[in-house]
Amino acid sequence: MSAMSDRISRSEVAHVARLARLELTEDELDTFTDQLAAVLDHAADVEALDVAGVAPMTHPYPLRNVLRPDIPTATVDPDEVLAAAPAVEDRRFRVPPILGEAP
Amino acid sequence: MSENTTAASLAAAVRGGDRSAVEVVEECLAAIDAGDRALHAFLTVTAEAARAAAAEIDQRVAAGDDPGPLAGVPVALKDNMCTRGVATTCGSRILEGWCPPYDATVVERLAAAGAIVVGKTNLDEFAMGSSTENSAFGPSRNPRDTSRVPGGSSGGSAAAVAAGFVPLALGSDTGGSIRQPAALCGVVGMKPTYGRVSRSGLVAFASSLDQIGPLTATVADAALLFEVIAGHDPLDSTSIPEPVPEVGAHLDDGVEGLRVGLVTELLGEGIAPDVAVRTRAAADALEEAGAKVEEVAVPAAVYGLSAYYLIAPAEASSNLARFDGVRYGLRVDAPTTQEMMVATRTKGFGPEVKRRIMLGTYALSAGYYDAYYGKAQRVRTLIADDFAAAYERVDVLLAPTSPTTAFPLGDKTADPMAMYMNDVCTIPSSLSGDPAVSVPFGTGDDGLPVGVQVMAPALAEIDLFRAAAALEASAPR
Repeated sequence: MSAMSDRISRSEVAHVARLARLELTEDELDTFTDQLAAVLDHAADVEALDVAGVAPMTHPYPLRNVLRPDIPTATVDPDEVLAAAPAVEDRRFRVPPILGEAP
Repeated sequence: MSENTTAASLAAAVRGGDRSAVEVVEECLAAIDAGDRALHAFLTVTAEAARAAAAEIDQRVAAGDDPGPLAGVPVALKDNMCTRGVATTCGSRILEGWCPPYDATVVERLAAAGAIVVGKTNLDEFAMGSSTENSAFGPSRNPRDTSRVPGGSSGGSAAAVAAGFVPLALGSDTGGSIRQPAALCGVVGMKPTYGRVSRSGLVAFASSLDQIGPLTATVADAALLFEVIAGHDPLDSTSIPEPVPEVGAHLDDGVEGLRVGLVTELLGEGIAPDVAVRTRAAADALEEAGAKVEEVAVPAAVYGLSAYYLIAPAEASSNLARFDGVRYGLRVDAPTTQEMMVATRTKGFGPEVKRRIMLGTYALSAGYYDAYYGKAQRVRTLIADDFAAAYERVDVLLAPTSPTTAFPLGDKTADPMAMYMNDVCTIPSSLSGDPAVSVPFGTGDDGLPVGVQVMAPALAEIDLFRAAAALEASAPR
C-alpha cells in the first residue's frame, strides 16, 4: 500500500485515531492514511499562502460576551435526560471503572 | 407543485376554514406512504402525532382562533434537529433510538406558527456529506431520477419536497448542505445569514458554520418559512439580535436597478459546461428584468474548499467528542470507561465521520495547528474581505450552486476528495457567514435540474429573495 504523499504517515494516523478514541483495523489505517493525505495535499494551496498580518476569523458575526441576567430558570427535566442514558444509578450516569479494577 | 399545494395556499385554506388540516395531513401521509419506499427520504414518519396536531389546528380554527401563518401545513425536519420524545438519529448508529428531552427552537417556532411536523428526513451521518450516501440507514434517492443521488447532506429534505410529499422542509447548511441538494433535486434551498436562525437543538457539526434554513418548492414558500424560523433566540449565544426582515413583502419588488455580480472564479475550471451556461443564462434573465449585471472577482474563493475542509473537521472533532457512550445513545460495554468510549465510538461512527474527526484532530494537534487550522482561519478572513469588496460594487452575487447535476449513486463514495469538490461553489459564503439561496434554473444536458445560487451580504436577505423571485419567474420551464 503506497501512500499518495508523504504528507501524513501511517503511524501519525494511528496516533490521531488514539487521540480521537477510535480503533482502526490495519486495512482502515491504510485507507485513511491515503485519504487524509489526499485532503492535506489539496490543502497545500492554503498552506503555501502568505497570510502574515491577516487576523484569524473564528466567527462570522462580531458578537462578544453574550450574557443573560443571572436568574435561575427552568431547564430540561433531569429524569427525562437520565431516561435516555445507557446506564443510570442513583440519578447519575453510571460508567465502567475509570482506573482498571473497581475498589 | 401546483398552485393549491404551496404552503402559502394551504395555510390560507386552513385558516379560512376552506380545508381541514386533518385532510391536508392525511393527503401528505398517503403520499409518503405511496412514494417513499422508492426514495427513502424519511427516517421516521410521525403519523399519529401529526394527525393529533392537525385535529387541534382544526379545533382552533372552528373556535375562531388563528393558528398562525403555517396553519395545517405539513413540514419535514432533517433528522439532526431535536424533537422531544421523537427519535433523532443524525443518520448515525451512535444516536439510534435516542429521543431528545427537548425541542429545537425551530421546532417550537414551527408549532407556534401552526405547522405540522410529519417526520424526520434522511441525511449524511452528522450532516457530513454531499449525497446522503453516508447515512447509516441507507441513501435517499433523487425523485427526478432514482438512479441518482439527491445531494446532501439535507438530501432527504430536498427529496421530500421535490417528490411533492411536503411543501416545506428544514435542512441545515454547513458548507452547502441545503443549497446543493436543493439544486440537484430542482427545489429552492436557502441558507440564512449565520446567526439568523437559532442553532439551539440542532446537533452541532461545525458550530461557526452551521445554519438551519428552508427547502421548498417555491421562493415564496421559502420566504414564508424563513420568516417563521428566523429571529433572535436567547438559547443560542451566536444568535443575531436583529429584527427579522419581511422578505415576503418584497418578493414582487423586481430587480430593476439591482446590481448583480457573476463570480468569475466560480464559472471556470471544475464547473460542468452546461451548468456554467445555465448560470450565465440566469444572469441574462436578471439583466432582462432590469438588473445591472457585471463579472466580479472574489479571488480568495478558490481557497475556500481547502480552508473549509480544515475548519469544519476541526470543529467537528471537538463537537463529536461528546458522543462517548456516557450520557446518551449507543454504549458498547467494556471493562473500563476509556475502553468503553473507544468501543462505542468505533462501532457507532461511520467511515466519513471517522475521517473528519481524524482530519480535524490532526489539524488541531500540536505542531500542525499553525500550518493548517491557523492558516485556514486566516484564509477565512481573506474570503470574507474579498466578499466585502465585491459587495461594494454589487448588491448580490450569482454563481452555480453545484458544479454538476445529480450524479449516480456510488459514483464518488470511494474518493472523498471527489465528493468534497461538490461543495466548491457553496463553501465560500458559508465561510463568510453570508446568506445564499439556490433557485432551480432549467436543466443540464442530461435533463436533470440545475440550480443557480444567489449570494448577498450578511443580513441582506431582502435583496437575496428579490433576486431569487426574479430568477424563479424567468426560469425555463
